[in-house]
Order: sequence, then C-alpha cells, then structure tokens
Amino acid sequence: MYNVKEVVANRPSRFSEGHRMCAGCGAPPIARMVLRAVHPEDHVVVSNATGCMEVSTCIYPYTSWTDSYIHTAFECAAATASGAEAAYKSLKKQGKLPEDENTKFICFGGDGGTYDIGIQALSGAMERGHDMTYVCYDNGAYMNTGIQRSSATPQFADTTTSPAGSVIPGKMQVRKDLTEIMVAHHLPYVAQTAAYMNFKDLYEKAEKAIYTKGAKFLNVLAPCPRGWGYPTEDLMKLNKLAVETCYWPMYEVVDGVYHITYKPAKKLPVEEFLKPQKRFKHLFKPGNEWMIEKFQEEVDKRWNELLAKEEMTNK
Amino acid sequence: MSIRERLSGNEATAYAMKQINPDVVAAFPITPSTEIPQYFSTYVDNGEVDTEFVAVESEHSAMSACIGAEAAGARAMTATSANGLEYMWEMVQIASSMRLPIVMALVNRAISGPLNIHSDHSDAMAVRDSGWIMLFSETNQEAYDNMLMAHRIAEHKDVLLPLMVCQDGFITSHSIENIELLETEEVRKFVGTYKPEHYLLDRKNPISMGPMDLQPFLFEHKRQQWEAMKNAKNVILEVSKEFEKLTGRKYDLFEEYKMEDADYVIVCMNSTAGTVKNVIDRLRNNGVKAGLLKVRVFRPFPGEEIAKALSNAKAVAVLDKTPILNLTGGPLYEDVTSAMYTLNMNVPTIDYCYGIGGRDVTENQIETVYNDLQNLNDMSDPYRFLGLKTK
Repeated sequence: MYNVKEVVANRPSRFSEGHRMCAGCGAPPIARMVLRAVHPEDHVVVSNATGCMEVSTCIYPYTSWTDSYIHTAFECAAATASGAEAAYKSLKKQGKLPEDENTKFICFGGDGGTYDIGIQALSGAMERGHDMTYVCYDNGAYMNTGIQRSSATPQFADTTTSPAGSVIPGKMQVRKDLTEIMVAHHLPYVAQTAAYMNFKDLYEKAEKAIYTKGAKFLNVLAPCPRGWGYPTEDLMKLNKLAVETCYWPMYEVVDGVYHITYKPAKKLPVEEFLKPQKRFKHLFKPGNEWMIEKFQEEVDKRWNELLAKEEMTNK
Repeated sequence: MSIRERLSGNEATAYAMKQINPDVVAAFPITPSTEIPQYFSTYVDNGEVDTEFVAVESEHSAMSACIGAEAAGARAMTATSANGLEYMWEMVQIASSMRLPIVMALVNRAISGPLNIHSDHSDAMAVRDSGWIMLFSETNQEAYDNMLMAHRIAEHKDVLLPLMVCQDGFITSHSIENIELLETEEVRKFVGTYKPEHYLLDRKNPISMGPMDLQPFLFEHKRQQWEAMKNAKNVILEVSKEFEKLTGRKYDLFEEYKMEDADYVIVCMNSTAGTVKNVIDRLRNNGVKAGLLKVRVFRPFPGEEIAKALSNAKAVAVLDKTPILNLTGGPLYEDVTSAMYTLNMNVPTIDYCYGIGGRDVTENQIETVYNDLQNLNDMSDPYRFLGLKTK
C-alpha cells in the first residue's frame, strides 16, 4: 500500500532544494515524486526540454539534479534521450557497462516543449520504442516566456497571445488531447495524472511507467500560479478541482486497455475549477455565461468519451 | 596491408564508419548523403558492427540523438546534406558548445531555395562558424582518409570539438573511383577507443550537462571553444603525420599543387581541385606558371599559412562554390583576403562564384580564370561569376 510518509522517508529526493522555480508551481513536486519512484539502486539520465524547469534547476555552476542530467534545446528532449538510451544499449551490449546496473531514461518537458515544438521528436522517439519515460508537466501555456497560449491552453483562457479582448475573449480553440495522441502510438503504457491525494496516483503511475519496458508517456497537470492566476498556497486545491470536475481525468492505458484510476463520486461543475483562476475571470462577467456552458460541454464530451473507451477496451 | 577497391564517395564513407565501429549512428535520409545510412544499416542488420542505429524522424533529432549519445559516453556519428544540415543547425551549435566530438559526413549540396539536390558548398558555408572542425575532400580516397582521422582529431583532449568531413554531392559521393582501404584491424588500432572524461552514464560521477549559462560564465566558455579550435590545428597536423606513416598518404592543412614558382594561383576546395590540376598541367606545358592551393582544413582556418603560401603569387583567384549575396565576396575569399590583409600582403585577389546547384565546372571555365589572372590590370571587378549562361 502506498504511504506518502514512507515514500518520502525511504526514498531520498533526487531533485534537491534550492532550485529557483516559483512558489506554488506544480512542476517541482512532480519531478521530485517521479524520481522518487525510481528504485534506489537505479541510476537516472534526465533529459530536460528548455522551459521553466530547465532554466530554474540547472544554472551554471549549480544543479538540482543528483542523477545525470542533460538539456540541449526546446524541442528535442525526447530525441536527446533516445540518443543516450541508444548509447546505453550499445555500450551494454559491448560489455562496456556493468551487467547488473541499470540506468533509467526520463524526460521532462512542459506543454510547449511537448505538445507543440517538441511533438515531432516525441512522436519519433515513442514510435522507435526507446526504453524511456517521457513526463510532460502540463501548465497549459508557454509560462517560461511569459504566459503565451499553447495547444494545451484550455479554451477561453486569457494569455498574453490570446488576451481576453473586447472582440476575441481569450483563446478560441479547444485544447489538444496529447494523451490520446500518445495512446494512438500504441505504447505499452500511457497515463494522465496529477499531484492529488498525497501523490498516490502520480507515484504509482510513475513507477509503473519507469519499470515497464519500452517507450512510455505520462501527462501530468502542473498548475502555474502566474499563468493561471491563483495564490501560491492554492496549488493543491487547483490540482484537486481539476480532477474532481473531470477537467483533468486521471487514467492509464496499458497495452491499449483504458483504466480510469479515479472517478469522482460527485463530478463537480467545471465552474469550481475555473473560478479560482484569474485567466478565466472574464468568463464570470454577465453575458459570458455561454463560455462556461461551452467549457462544460467540452469537459463532459471528453469525459464521456473516456468512459466509453474504458468500457470498450475492457469488454 | 592496403586493399585496392573501387568505391563511390558515399560507400567509402560508410565503409570507414563500419571500420570505425561507432557505438551509435543516428541519421535521416537526404540526397545525396542517403546512401551512407543505407549502407550502414546493412552493416548493422547483418551484425557487422556493434552500433545502435537510430532511424530518427528528422535531422534535428539526428543531431539531438548524437548529442545525447556522445554525452552519454558513446561515439556517435551521422551523415547529412543541405537542408538536413540546416534543419539540425540549432543542434550543430549545441554539439560544439557541449564539446562533444561527434563526427559527421557532410555530402555537400545546394541549400533550398529553390530546391536543388546537386552539389555546391552552401550547406557547409551556412555552418562555418559553428565551432565544428571542417575537413574538405577532393576525392573518395580523401573522404575515406579524412573520416579515419576524424575521431583522433575531434576526441583529442586539447580539442574536444565535433568534426565534419565534407565531399561534393554526386561528383564525389556517387562516382566510383579506385581507392586504397586499410585493413579493419589497422583502422581500429589507429582510431583507438573512446574514453571520455565526463559522461552521463558514469553513475559514480553524475553530471549535469547543457546548463543555463548566464553573464558570469558564457563568455569564458566561448573563449574555451576558441582555444580548442586553435589547438585543433596542431592536432590535425600530428594526426595527419601519423596517418602518413601508416598509409604513405600525406595530408596537411592544405595541398599545394605546382606552387613552388606559381605566378597565378587558384584557391578552391573539394572536387574542383581535380579539374584545376588538369588545367594546370596543360597550362604549364604552354609556359604559364599556374598553381593551386586546395584547402583541406577550412575550420580552423589556417589563414596565416595560406596567406604565406600565396605571398609570391602575381594574382590569385578564389573559387567560392556558394551563392554570394553579400556583395563583398564569398566566405573562402573573405577568409583568404582578410588573412592576407593581416599580414600586410597586397596580392591582387579576385573571387569567383561558381558551380552553383551542381552547375558543371569545366576545364575551359578554369582556363578562363587563369587567363583572367594573367590579364588582371586592376581590381575594379573583384567579384565575378564563372559558368553563368548569361551575364
């Protein structure tokens, strides 16, 4: 049984304090918990896309990463990792690395580096089946450069390149469903999760991903206090509301079989998730009710599709 | 013992790679370099090498994967041309800044647009100041030999820079010529094994690579790259001498052909040098003191050495096989003339843009260059075109 206290006590952090990410940012707890899921005897090569996490955790001559770490550019964390993994395979095959020691390859990228500029490298690496786990920390915009819209930005969100204007009220397009795109790669393991309920779901999925052979993908919700507009202490509340409204369902797809790992007993209206965020403030102005309705429709549609997929693949 | 064979430039390159037996090759097909990963994957799939071949989805990922592999502690290689090189341009800079001795076969082709698949040097010229060592090859033999020397130069502790071996697309890459190959055992002994000091897979000494490098340090790191490039010159000479001992084939920073008493000199790179040599032989029979300086090492650019070698010439023509759109001469011309200027030399030197998009380079064209040099009365027209159908 998962016990957060035991995990934290028994698995020393591989992502050290002193990094420069914002208070209330969802990404550092994700990186720390994913790495805690690595068995203590195993070594990790982290490949990090350019983004908030990279510029805040590895500023020369400092690093927050106790394992080996590489950052090359924005769009190619997956390709960089695939080269490192190929090197590992080759050197192991040639007897140039100890037989009994294992290295795990884990990528971290934001939604910019994953959904958008990095999707080609990601798709390529996943299709080739490198033994690696790609973790997307999805904060729903290009936060590092100052909150520009991405394909992961939810509809109507106010960003600096989709401002809520008097004619165009925020981002007009619905968000891309990258998790489903990854499922379409027919990978051994794809999951969507969030740092919720003492990190149980995140930890278990990370461990499963890291210890399943082949190319795996984890999409993790990472609220951003600056981009979303919430007080830093509300990070975990935002994670909770995203899951409880079914805006961000937690599920996994193992060899094509869907399993929703958490179904809210009572699905909350999506307003609950939208209300605490400044990026959706304009949705609550009189006359804009249609936007909330439309948002709810999209959430319902996707949730129902997911339920149907679960049913269909478990027949 | 050397082996006499007949191979194309691409096949010779792939064969050199097979003999080197790198740990990782990551490549994406692009004409005219495509054959290199094709031949190489046959070696991989037939178990003739230990290499992991990463059939990436793009050149950007090819260079990213090479960086990941080399950083992990492996020897990584790739091959590309033209737009492929341009597509990986971002990573080309990152490879050199991370001081990773990746080796690339660059089969020179015109970059788009418009689209053209034939040879010129616009691809190489677009990365000429990216911190890579750049060796140019006149023939398949030189492409092969440069490849065998590549890792010794790139991986040298005073260098640690990536290196590209250039050859002309189709002209060299697809033409079958006689070639002398080394025995694989000799190659492996000469090239040696790769022993990086710091690498990702060294779990006892974990390392963070590719940090955010701000105002306090980036300048110094760039200076270190400059230092490494400077050191490369001597290392290239040392390795070339050792290679000469092994094969009898002499390599220098550049090749001088009939330069001892040359009045009129052409400076060029790659396959055109062969054509120029033929023309020189003919002109010499007619009493014209023609000579050739063929640049092998383009980066680091041996400016001082080249300028000195040209100091006794009456007139020099630099042939730039790349479109020149800046109105101040092509890259080779700029390098040669600025080296001359630094040494206070004043040899009349003109520039020819030629061979663009695979335009045929004929002996007649080269002869007109030597004629121009013999009749060069002033420097009013230093930037010229060679082989254009219309002026």
